[in-house]
Amino acid sequence: MELLEGEREEIVSEVGNITEKYQPEREKLLPVLQEVQGRLGYLPVLAMEKIAEFLRIPTIDVYGMATFYNQFRLNPPGDHQIKVCMGTACYMVGGQIAMDSFERRLEIQEGETTPDRKFSLERVACVGCCTLAPVVVVDDIVEGHVTPTRVDGLLLAYDGEGRVPAESARQVEAGQQDEQQSEQEGEGEQHS
Amino acid sequence: MYEKHVLICAGTGCISSGAIEVQDALEAELKKHNMQNKVRIIMSGCHGFCEKGPLFIVFPEDIFYCEITAEDVPELVEEHLIKGNIVDRLLYLDPTTGQRVTSHEDILFYSKQNRLVLRNCGVIDPENIDEYILRGGYLGLKRALTMDPFDVVGEVKKSGLRGRGGAGFSTGMKWEFAFNSQNNKKYVVCNADEGDPGAFMDRSVLEGDPHAVLEGILIAGQAIGSDEAYVYVRAEYPLAIRRLRTAIEQAEEYGMIGENILNSGFNFKVNIKEGAGAFVCGEETALLASIEGERGMPRPRPPFPAVKGLWGKPTCINNVETLANVPLILRRGADWFSSVGTEGSKGTKIFALTGKVNNTGLCEVAMGITIREIVFDIGGGIREGKKYKAVQIGGPSGGCMPESHLDLPVDFDSLTAAGAMMGSGGMVVMDEETCMVDLARYFLAFTQNESCGKCTPCREGTKRMLETLERITQGKGQEGDIELLEKIATTVKDSSLCGLGQTAPNPVLTTVRYFKDEYEAHIFDRRCPAGQCKELLTYYIDEELCTGCRACKKVCPADAIEGEKKEPHVIIQEKCIACGACLDRCKFDAVKTK
Ligand SMILES: Cc1cc2nc3c(=O)[nH]c(=O)nc-3n(C[C@H](O)[C@H](O)[C@H](O)COP(=O)(O)O)c2cc1C
Ligand code: FES
Repeated sequence: MELLEGEREEIVSEVGNITEKYQPEREKLLPVLQEVQGRLGYLPVLAMEKIAEFLRIPTIDVYGMATFYNQFRLNPPGDHQIKVCMGTACYMVGGQIAMDSFERRLEIQEGETTPDRKFSLERVACVGCCTLAPVVVVDDIVEGHVTPTRVDGLLLAYDGEGRVPAESARQVEAGQQDEQQSEQEGEGEQHS
Repeated sequence: MYEKHVLICAGTGCISSGAIEVQDALEAELKKHNMQNKVRIIMSGCHGFCEKGPLFIVFPEDIFYCEITAEDVPELVEEHLIKGNIVDRLLYLDPTTGQRVTSHEDILFYSKQNRLVLRNCGVIDPENIDEYILRGGYLGLKRALTMDPFDVVGEVKKSGLRGRGGAGFSTGMKWEFAFNSQNNKKYVVCNADEGDPGAFMDRSVLEGDPHAVLEGILIAGQAIGSDEAYVYVRAEYPLAIRRLRTAIEQAEEYGMIGENILNSGFNFKVNIKEGAGAFVCGEETALLASIEGERGMPRPRPPFPAVKGLWGKPTCINNVETLANVPLILRRGADWFSSVGTEGSKGTKIFALTGKVNNTGLCEVAMGITIREIVFDIGGGIREGKKYKAVQIGGPSGGCMPESHLDLPVDFDSLTAAGAMMGSGGMVVMDEETCMVDLARYFLAFTQNESCGKCTPCREGTKRMLETLERITQGKGQEGDIELLEKIATTVKDSSLCGLGQTAPNPVLTTVRYFKDEYEAHIFDRRCPAGQCKELLTYYIDEELCTGCRACKKVCPADAIEGEKKEPHVIIQEKCIACGACLDRCKFDAVKTK
């Protein structure tokens, strides 16, 4: 992926700020990668090169780590990250259906980001809220009991820009007050 | 002086159902009535009954309210906290008797349990070390520090505690190996990777009672002669990580961690390592590689970590729940501990009960309880009165137990003999609508994806098995597929390098063993008896019965239903995703499957 001029500088300075705090030891690779992704949202090639330089290890070792662990992303995420749980409990009660619904509405596949970079879609294996299955995590907020209609409700709450056909949207607005309410509750959680 | 205490559950589950809003509302309401000094709010860890969250419990009278929203709070304050009247409509409704229940001891979900490890979860404020200490916390450590380390190892060995991380290896023996390894540096590692998708007991213990885990780690350190520990926690558990961090800081402040702990000359340091989402990193040698900053790939054993572990030093690696048992053993003695459980499996085990049961949540039971008691008493039976089919125990390494095994006692040895495994303690209940072939495919897809690729049997074998299972669920199965599956499964089981490959075939082998007829129906009749496999299922609308009410059309998330009002509707097969929403919605039973 082509980086813009400003992005290059941002990456170099962010990585510099982070590595500064660490000793250049191999065991620091995982925490450094986690922190860099935490700041940048993903791991650009340039960042991996800079980390390799810092730890004095081959870049391929950094790349190897980044691709081995599910947590790391090599492409920029959307503004809102949607993670659909595919743990056993969620799968059994319709996790795949929730995933299908997101894929259809967003017109992307699992692992992709919408062209306007608003949403990205991923799967996770169990977030430990199996009793609320099927579970979807939107930007670190856990949403339980996600049925296909609730998928529409969630997208509407986070974006509201016509991704949801008018009829479903009306229905979401009119008929499903408690869903809307729990969405608001979800938003309120950010302060905790 | 507080007159009443209100416990609000603040586990991840209840927070997502709105516990923080309930807390805010309660604080505001108490202020309004000027009662801040009379009622104390405690945000506690998980009570296990996440299904019915947010939970709101009033002490000292122990009244258990569930599914509370912020709107209910004014009434609870007005009626209960001020006037002392119980608010009936917010009590738990027993699904079997139809009666409201006031105290949680009267709820079958709790009364059948034996909460030893979870004794503090949901009772204390996990971010406050004083509450842990008030309930006997750190007494186990205190006792251990007055004992000879060898005797501490002996006490744990005598208790009969076996590892709760999956394999069930004797904890005392493991400690003894580490104790006997001569080295000036040794490590304790706490395995909090909890990779089983569908299990969350370690998360709940860390979130609800982090000091118990720390105390266990400290005792392990003192016993084997180590001065440093790592806790390897899944990154997917941010709240658990935060609570653990707070707990470590508080323990340092109180002199439980650091130099010369409780004036005994024992020094100890605890580090947290965040995992990065790889199932195989739960395997002990892979976990150590991951801490060292490598890819999490297992290596052959021996040498075992107790001899050669983290950076080549002797390392004792234990699961969260195992370690949380240790303070109790030291405090109350090995004999007390071994009085609970069965001959070969002492103590209790926490299970994450999920799937198609009425009460999902965490339950801790004495070893040896039957599956039936867990599913039908604690779990309250199958949802919507459907029929029990099987319970999957032990996650991707475990197996499915059919109805004929309902009276199987749940302990390490009985489960292994039946082809399943205790695993981490995930327990997923299935009803007649779960397709066992699809379930086997699901687990295999998981293990195949998580296979690290180092050894051939696991890397290739899981892939070939998955292909075969996919073929079967798509209605393209062939004669001989079942035998092929069994053959590959046995090879993978016998020849893989680590536990991941060695146990990956279990879901396949147990479903073939107990549900062969379902496999045969898929292969020979091209039919999915549970009605789950999409490729073998068509939804259609019976024109005779359809009234054209549009209910199905409205609910269809794929816009796959067409038709004018008051005219029979049709399902556009190309668009249908077989989610079943229309079938559930139709009041006239006009939506059918074939
Ligand atoms: C593929 C695989 C995954 C594992 N995942 C976990 C896990 O998530 N948590 C855990 O405590 N043990 C896990 N184990 C077991 C560990 O290897 C190890 O036996 C355990 O942590 C030892 O602790 P214990 O003796 O206290 O049970 C896993 C093993 C395998 C083979
Ligand atoms: S299986 Fe989805 S949260 Fe556990």
